[in-house]
Amino acid sequence: MGLQDDGPGPDAGADAESAPLALKILVAGGFGAGKTTLVGSVSEIRPLRTEELLSQAGELVDDTGGVGRKTTTTVAMDFGRITIRAGLSLYLFGTPGQDRFWFLWDELSQGALGAVVLADTRRLEDCFPAVDYFEHRRIPFVVAVNCFTGARRYGADEVARALDLEQGTPVVLCDARDKDSGKEVLVRLVEYAGRVHTARLLESVGPPTGPH
Amino acid sequence: MEGHWYDAEAGPLVRPYAMTGGRTRPGPHGARFDLIALVVVDRSGTDTADEALLGPEHRALLGLCRAQTQSVAELAADADLPVGVVRVLLGDLLEGGHVKVSRPVPPARLPDERILREVIEGLRAL
Ligand SMILES: Nc1nc2c(ncn2[C@@H]2O[C@H](COP(=O)(O)OP(=O)(O)OP(=O)(O)O)[C@@H](O)[C@H]2O)c(=O)[nH]1
Ligand SMILES: [Mg+2]
Repeated sequence: MGLQDDGPGPDAGADAESAPLALKILVAGGFGAGKTTLVGSVSEIRPLRTEELLSQAGELVDDTGGVGRKTTTTVAMDFGRITIRAGLSLYLFGTPGQDRFWFLWDELSQGALGAVVLADTRRLEDCFPAVDYFEHRRIPFVVAVNCFTGARRYGADEVARALDLEQGTPVVLCDARDKDSGKEVLVRLVEYAGRVHTARLLESVGPPTGPH
Repeated sequence: MEGHWYDAEAGPLVRPYAMTGGRTRPGPHGARFDLIALVVVDRSGTDTADEALLGPEHRALLGLCRAQTQSVAELAADADLPVGVVRVLLGDLLEGGHVKVSRPVPPARLPDERILREVIEGLRAL
């Protein structure tokens, strides 16, 4: 990337302590699963617009092409900030569930700490694409089952089995309208992401070898 | 904000890139700022005379950054501009030496345990 790097280098030491840190969490899930509600219950939510260039067929096109073939579409995302302390913030992005917006996810998921996949048990299959997406890209995620009134209650195990989740992926039952419930979902995600990243770090160091 | 080239009543989209002179990508540096890249005013590089040459949108963004360090996403939400437009405008500001843009933490350098613990405690205390 041609981005000017004014941030701390890998070994910036004391500098890294004071450099502001921004962490990104994605909130995904099927249509009407409660993404906007969740982001709104735990943070001050604001709509965020991106303008994307789409070809007539609806897929993203390179913007070096002729102007005539292009259309621009407005994609709205949910966006919220949680300030942990000065210099440490969590940013939440609620991403549109439709397949044709996946190019947005590709950008959003870069450098993300992890993701929350909201599931509605009345339409569990709606969150399959999100589960697939994060599993394939090895982005740590938790499944938050939004307990809508009137929906049959399922246990976390049942949901994990129905979604065929990889072992260890947390499933949390929640009420997206409730702040404490939403906070718990995020806490579970951060804990899990921490475990996943630690495990990967150990993996990258390689198996312990004999004495040097 | 003054100087919008379109109004909200006119429908979902009316040439949002008019204020960037039709550019949909940032300048020669080709930077595509991450949504959570943080933007700070570069106090060493700016003088008021330079600033007077900037357009209203550029100045609006600078004003927001001056108030506090902002992410690209926040700037877009606060200025009520699409992210793509903000990226182009920020590219101009970066080139003019008005702002500094910090790269977010790359995945391989995700924060250490201590910071994650701080995040968890902070969330619980919300
Ligand atoms: N009973 C109940 N209703 C909820 C809950 N969460 C969300 N809702 C309602 O369900 C509807 C959809 O929620 P949203 O938060 O808009 O869902 P979304 O995922 O953002 O939807 P799209 O952006 O349209 O895909 C709203 O009317 C919410 O009030 C919940 O936990 N329980
Ligand atoms: Mg929504």
